[in-house]
This record gives sequence, structure tokens and C-alpha cells, in this order.
Amino acid sequence: MSEIPAELRYRQSHEWVRVDGDVAVVGITDHAQDAMGDLVYVELPDVGQVFAAGDEAGVVESVKAASDIYAPVSGEITEINEALDDEPELVNNDPYAGGWLFKIKMADDGELKEMLTADQYQEQIDSE
Amino acid sequence: MSNETTLIFQHSRPGRSATAQAPKPVSEDQLSAIPASLRRKNKPGLPEVGELEVVRHYTNLSTKNFAIDKQFYPLGSCTMKYNPRGANRAAMLPGFLNRHPLAPASHSQGYLACLYELQNFLKEVTGMKGVSLAPMAGAQGEFAGVAMIRAYHEARGDDGRTEILIPEAAHGTNPATAVMCGYKVREVPVGKDGDVDLEALKEACGPQTAGLMMTNPSTCGVFERQIEAISKAVHDAGGLLYYDGANLNAILGKVRPGDMGFDVIHMNLHKTFATPHGGGGPGAGPVGVSQRLLDYLPTPMAGLDEESGDYHWIDTDTLPTSIGHLSAFMGNAGVLLRAYFYAMVLGREGMIRVGEYSTLAANYLLKRLEAIGCQAAYPDRRASHEFILTFAKLAKDQHVTALDIAKRLLDYNQHAPTIYFPLLVPECFLIEPTETETKEAMDDFIDAMAKILEEANTDPDTVTQAPFTQPVRRLDDVKAAKELDLVWGE
Amino acid sequence: MPYIPHTEDDVQAMLAAIGADSIEQLFDEIPAHLKAGHSLDALPEGRGEMAVTRLMAERAEQDRFALSFIGGGAYAHHIPAAVWEIATRGEYYTAYTPYQAEASQGTLQVIYEYQTLIARLTAMDVSNASVYDGASGLAEAVLMSLRANRKSKSRKVLVPDALNPRYRGACDAIVRNQDVELVSVPFCNDAGQTLVDGLKEHEGQDYAALVISQPNYFGSLEDVDALTDWAHANGQLVIAVVNPTSLALLTPPGEWGADGEGADIVVGEGQPLGVPLSSGGPYFGFMACKKKHVRQMPGRIIGRTVDMEGKQGFTLTLQAREQHIRRSKATSNICTNQGLAMTAATIYVSLLGPDGLASVAGHCHANTQKLADKLCALDGVERAFSAPVFHEVALTLPQDADTVLARLAEKDILGGLSLAKDYSMKNAILVNSTEVHTEGDLDLFAQALKEVLA
Repeated sequence: MSEIPAELRYRQSHEWVRVDGDVAVVGITDHAQDAMGDLVYVELPDVGQVFAAGDEAGVVESVKAASDIYAPVSGEITEINEALDDEPELVNNDPYAGGWLFKIKMADDGELKEMLTADQYQEQIDSE
Repeated sequence: MSNETTLIFQHSRPGRSATAQAPKPVSEDQLSAIPASLRRKNKPGLPEVGELEVVRHYTNLSTKNFAIDKQFYPLGSCTMKYNPRGANRAAMLPGFLNRHPLAPASHSQGYLACLYELQNFLKEVTGMKGVSLAPMAGAQGEFAGVAMIRAYHEARGDDGRTEILIPEAAHGTNPATAVMCGYKVREVPVGKDGDVDLEALKEACGPQTAGLMMTNPSTCGVFERQIEAISKAVHDAGGLLYYDGANLNAILGKVRPGDMGFDVIHMNLHKTFATPHGGGGPGAGPVGVSQRLLDYLPTPMAGLDEESGDYHWIDTDTLPTSIGHLSAFMGNAGVLLRAYFYAMVLGREGMIRVGEYSTLAANYLLKRLEAIGCQAAYPDRRASHEFILTFAKLAKDQHVTALDIAKRLLDYNQHAPTIYFPLLVPECFLIEPTETETKEAMDDFIDAMAKILEEANTDPDTVTQAPFTQPVRRLDDVKAAKELDLVWGE
Repeated sequence: MPYIPHTEDDVQAMLAAIGADSIEQLFDEIPAHLKAGHSLDALPEGRGEMAVTRLMAERAEQDRFALSFIGGGAYAHHIPAAVWEIATRGEYYTAYTPYQAEASQGTLQVIYEYQTLIARLTAMDVSNASVYDGASGLAEAVLMSLRANRKSKSRKVLVPDALNPRYRGACDAIVRNQDVELVSVPFCNDAGQTLVDGLKEHEGQDYAALVISQPNYFGSLEDVDALTDWAHANGQLVIAVVNPTSLALLTPPGEWGADGEGADIVVGEGQPLGVPLSSGGPYFGFMACKKKHVRQMPGRIIGRTVDMEGKQGFTLTLQAREQHIRRSKATSNICTNQGLAMTAATIYVSLLGPDGLASVAGHCHANTQKLADKLCALDGVERAFSAPVFHEVALTLPQDADTVLARLAEKDILGGLSLAKDYSMKNAILVNSTEVHTEGDLDLFAQALKEVLA
């Protein structure tokens, strides 16, 4: 069973969001990192880039797969997790804390309401 | 098998060289026309070794490879059939090897004659109206094919067509090619029986459809039975039909893509026409087209002046609508000569036998493997020249995966089939024995599989830890990708 | 049955195992009318190896020997006998892509050694396992530069007119469907070089990269340092197109620029490294880049790693960029490398070593200079450009180039390439000489040209 913290919001494509004021911290879920296997590379956006919700904002790569990361909400990138350059395994080992990917200054926090709750996300992965 | 693990660079000793091979050094005076600012400051760190060391090193390394010449090599979708040695000798004749690609036609009649006849041969065997031999590989053939589809629509001012349809089981090259040609990709689902979901396809077709790319027999190892309905749906929507010749071996001489309604096809000569795979290339990916795409074929092509009997090049000056050259010269000429040799040896009857006997071999192997307990992915279907097994149950029950079985096969001196393709069948093997393997070779493979299935139950570690007999054990792919070491540095 | 080993007994035993009466029954899922209605009558009867070999030997003989001075991107060099004797060993010749790494360590180690050779020759950080040829390699490099230059928003790349026109043609055919524009850069008509002056009009505009060919199509050596620095100062990447033989003598692209910043992507035709002319292929394109761009590089790449017991081994790596995993988002649709040709090149370079390769390069240059001198001694023949050359040189003739070349061909001398069609220089030819030519060969050419011009 993978961990799904109750306080976070989720996207169907397996990103999570933690809200911190008007900033959304984004990562991929425990379930997603487990399905990918050992990550070998994480491609992150540039600070200052602006995305609409659903835009491709990065890529996570394992040996056998590559998966796009979508911006869960619209806004501007304020910070990226540079530690992942050398240690992509942080995403595997600590997906909800040390393995965060990037932070977005939200343009419209109303978009959060359209995201899944922990229960809804659990339901989704149960049905996969 | 050799234990050679040192690199050629580690054999290097300053001042050593294969002195018979290089001309004597020129004097600095003779280089004075080259400005000093453009001269290399330090000599490149290339190996300094004698001729015998080089010969021994690369001979020893070669023994670490599995190869068709050594093992049964049932790699699905790759058609690892025997590569006739005679084809290699013929293509390496000095007259062919020393011909400069830009030598005038007057000095190229023999070569052009071979190409011209090969073009006609391929036209006839595929039922197409024109053939260009220019693309250098299957992927480039695909590129040429889709680029021609685009050129066709553009020439008609039909520029609202932005999408290429691709069945979800397709090779990854298909979607990658569509994108290289500036198209969006829409995937079409495949049903439980391995055939395309026709209703979904019809729904996906529309004024935005530039074409459909498909393989038949499909990557599921079965013949797409609704091919005519698919062809009609795509054509009715104004799209064109692309045939990926990856599996042409299955139907060679039996059914022609041109008769199935395809507008453009590519062939993989390194599969169907027995040219070598060479450790991953070179291949050749000629394209064939129906009447309406004739004007767009990639150049150059060989032409014949019936009156004089002279051969010439057809190039963009006489075919300005062509999608153009895809290489500096004329594709992988040496591969084309090998394919020509093969075609001439087989002739008409031989071509028909390719499809027949590759299909016989695959169906035999499938039935025998099912009999020892392997699960077919499409048990109700005939195999084409290849078929799919799934080890999903074994993976779940015993934690022995398709990868494990593949690795264990190496210990039994059998090359593993293609694994984990197509992506939609879990824990799968795609197995293609080809028409050139004896029944005994297939029986040996079946025996090895039976033993491995038994080991999976009685001694699973032997399978999950395999191989044990190869130059290396399983490699750390994660380390390879994370700590990139792509170039030797002392 | 050629290459099909089954006896009648085998066939019956296999059909019995399948439960089918005949081979034809195995095709019962194919609609009958699709099978009917065609015949392969136009195909010839099959023949044995002896007959087909004889036919092909006659054909090969028909392409009669001529003394050739044609270059234009493919060059005649001595190829040590060992090169192809080893490369065509069954273990290399009949293996496939090394997907099962444990059973492919031979091929994998050869590729790793090849990648190292290319990186050292070009002075770049990393190399892939090769692409189809130099021209298609340039197309891949152009597409790669659009991905790698994240600051550039344009889909434009500057391409000099002095680049081999066949490279430009193939590159354009491959990239144009993705709305990529190749913007032309003129050359200096006196020098036959691409000058920074000719780039001034593009300053301040957005281009992803500048292509620099060293030497260029005319054989002329470019001022690569100035061009590299100009491109970098204008936010562009540098794509170097180089001849591998020349790199034994010339500054490698990894060190171009006044402070040695170097090119960002390097491609070129690998044929001169041990691959026969063979009518244009199979050759191989080499491709190298700076390490920071490696994930944008297309094609197969081999990495060195360890096995579960800690022993050195080689494996395919960075596969997540490739079409079989990344599908429509792959860096390219390319699936293969030119394995066999690349293997030959690895053996060739190992046999020659740094000094041998420098010797070859030196002879190419010296012979070309000598040939130019001999030809320019004839009335009305002179060098078309003033720039120094490597091993190819453009000459102007007192007569129409196409006619002169045709008349030389009648004497079985292939006297180079006409520059009439590609550059509207209707009296100009491009000639090449390499180490394979003797002094006598050069004299034969000069004598024949003298007779033709008389």
C-alpha cells in the first residue's frame, strides 16, 4: 500500500500539491514513484517560467520509462528542487518531503478545488 | 569465450603502431599552407597498438556476442533469419566497393542495373506502383512515407489534416516518426483479440486525419482481419494508409500490401531480405507507393532508358515534387546489393515460401510452447510469423518475470525473444523463429523453456538471478544511467 | 528450398503438432480474395549462389575502374585488410541491437570504445553510437540544437552556403516538416570562406544555432574561432560539421573559439575512417556533444557500469530518450546506429593510431596541394578561391566544367565534381586527392586535363 497524505491535493496524473500561502509545492506521489522504479533523472522547469494548469512542466525518468510532469495549477515557478540534479533518488525515498519537484506561485487558487482529495485519489489508484 | 575485459586504450603504448598501415609521415614543410592557428595543439588520445593486438582484441571481443551464426535468435519483430554469406561476398566485390557515390552514370551501369532490378522486384512483391531504395533504415522509410503523405495533402491544398492515427500496439517508431513529420498522434485502441477496435477507429477518422500507420500482421502477431474496413474508413475520411513493413516476412508472397489498399509502405531489408543486422545496423528501408504518391518518392532512384538500354539516376531535377534526399548520397547501397543477391537467389517461388515457412515455424513453436504450459496472449488466433506469450501469472505467483526467463534462456545458449513489447501485453515474450531455423533448433528452445518453467517453480532463484554463464551477470542499469560513464577516461 | 532447411517429414511433423492439414490452412484468417488475384510472374526464377554471384561479378566489373579525384563528402582511403575481415565476423555481422547486454558485451564494448575515440578526436565530452550518415546527422543536430538551446524561441538555424549542398538538401528534407527554417549565410567569393562579416546582418536576432563546416565544401579552412565566438556571443549554439581524418591535424571542434569554449554539437561523415566508398553507403554519421546536452542527443548510447558482482560491464543507457520508450516525445525516430560501419571505424582508428591518422591527413593535404599546383600549371586553370584548403580544392577552368569532366571520364579519369549546378560556377570543379594517389596518378590527371583543354 502506498502512502497518500490526507492533507494534500492530487492530480489524476499522480502529482501532489501542498499549499503554502499562495505557493503550491508540487511532487509526485508515492504510488507514482513506486510504479516508475528507481529514478535516474528529473528534468525541472526554469524559475520564472509560467504555466497553465495541465501544461507539461517536467519529466521524471527511470531506466525503462519516462513520464511527463504536469503543472497541477496555473502560475509562475518560484523555486525548483536543485538537489534532485545529483540525487533523483530523493523522489523515490521521500516523495512527499525531500523529493518535492518545484514550487508555483498560484494564479488562481480556485483551481485547487478541481483537484482530487486523498480519498478520491485512493479510489482512482484502486480502480487502475 | 574470451575474458578480454581491457579496453583497446589500455593496450596502448606510446610509439607503438601498425606501421604497415599508414603512409610515411609528411614533413612540416608540406603542411605549411595550413595556418598555425588552425592546427591541433595536442595529438588526440587514440590507441597506440600493433596490428596483432588490434586483431586479437576485436576478435576476442566478438566472441562475447550471441549472433545468428552461433545461436537460435528468435527476437520477435526483428526477423533474425540466416544472412547468406554469398550476399556479403557479392556486395564486397571490388567493383562495387570502390565506386564513388558521385561517379557518373557511365561508370555505374552495373550498379544501377542491380538497383533498377531490385526496385522492380520489390514493386512486384508488394503490389506497389513505385519504389525508392533511398531510406537508410526502417525508421527513415517511415519518415519518407509520412513525409510523402504530407506532401500529397499539401499539393492538394488540403492543409487541415493534422493527425496521424496509430494503433496503440504499434512500434514506438510510428508515433516518433509522425511527430518528426509535424503531425499530432492519435492512438486507436486494440481489442482483446488483437484486432483494431474498428468502431473507435471510425470515430477517430475525420477531416483532420492525414493517415493511419499500421503493421499487418500487427505487432500482436496476428493478421488484422478487418483490414479492408479499416482501409475504407481511413480513405473515406480522406486519409492515406501507411503500411509499416516490420512484419512483411509473415505474408511475403501470400498477400501484397498494395492489394490490401495501402498507399505507402516501407520494407526492412535487414529483416525480410536477410541483410545482416550488424549489431544494430546498417539497415535499409525502401519505400513503395501507390499511383497517387509516385511524384513524391525520395531520390535518387535508378531509371532505365528502354531505347538505349542505359541506366541513369532519377533525381530532383527530373522529379521536382520529390520529398528529396534523405542522405548525402544514395542510402545504404551495400545493404541494397545484399538484398538484391537474396532476391535473385530466392526468385518467385522462394519469395512465396518465405511467408509460408515462417508462418509454419511460428505456429509450430506456439503450439508446442502452449503444450508445455506457456500462456498465449491471443490463444484463439493463428500466429503469423511471430506470436506473443504472457508470463503475467508466473510473475504474480512466483515473482518470476519475463525478464528473468529471458536472462535464464541465455544460460541455455538461446537468445531471448523480444520482451515487454508490445506494451499492452503484460510480462510478454514476442517470439519469431523465422523460416531458416530447423525443427531441431526450435525443439531445443522448447526444451530450454520447459526446464526454465520447472525451475521457476522448484528453484526460482536460479531464474531470477540468471544468467550465470555469460561474460557478465546482470548489469546495474540504474548506476549506468545515473553516473553516466560514456567515454573512457584514465 | 534456398535457406529453408525443412524436409517433407519435418513439415508433416510440424503440421501435425499444429493440427493443420496444410500450410495454406495457416493463412485461413486472411480474406481469400486478398490472396487471390495476384501473381508474382514478373519475378525471375530463383538461381543458386553460383549463378547470382557470377551475374553480380559481371555487373561489378562493368563499373569499370577509373582513376578518381572525386570527393564531395566521400573519400578514397587505404583500408587495412584486418578492418573488414574482423567487422564481418559472424559475431558482429549477424548480431542485433544489444538489448540482452549480458550476451552482447562484444558489441557493447566496441561501441564504448568507439564513443571514446570520437570524443577524443573531436575533443568533446560525449558521443553517441552513431547515426545513419553525416548529412542526416546534421539534421539530427539541427533538431537537437532547438531542444538544447532553451533560451532561443525561434526555430531557425544559420547554415552557410559553403556547406556541402547535399548536407543542406538532406537536412532541409528532414527538418522542414517541423517548421524549422535553415537560414542561408553567404560566403566570400574571393576567399571561399564564411566570414563573420557575412553574419553581421543576423546580429541581435534569435537563432538556435550556427552551423560551421570545417573544411567547407570547397575544401577551404574556415576561421572557426571567430565564427564560434560570434555564435556564442549571439546566444547561439555551434554545430560543427567536420571531416574526421582532418582532426588528426586541425584544431578539434571541442577547442574552437579564442578561449577554447568549443562547439556544442559535432557531427560528420565517418566514412573516411575505414569505410569503403561503396556507392554512398553504408557509412555512419558520428555525433558528439557537451555533456550538459547529452539528454538532448538522439540515438543509441552505451554506458559503462558494473554487474551484480561488481564486475565491469557495458549496457545501453539513457534509453528513456528513445522512441521505443518515449514514443511521440522521443528525441528522434532513429532506432539503430550504423553498427557494422562504426565497428570498422573503431578497428581502423585503432590500427592507425594518432600518428598514423596524422600521416594520412598529411598526405591528403600534401597530395591535394601538389595536384592543384600541377593542374594550375596548365593554361587558364587556377584556384577559384584564396583560402587555405585541407584535402579538396576548387579550380576554375578555361572551359565549361561539365563538358571537361565528361571528356575526362571518357579517358577513365573522374576529374572531380562540377560546381555548375550547385553554385552557378559553370567553369569550376572541385578536386580531391588522398594518400591513395601516387605522383604518377597526379601526372596522369594533369596530362589528361591538358589534352582535354587543348
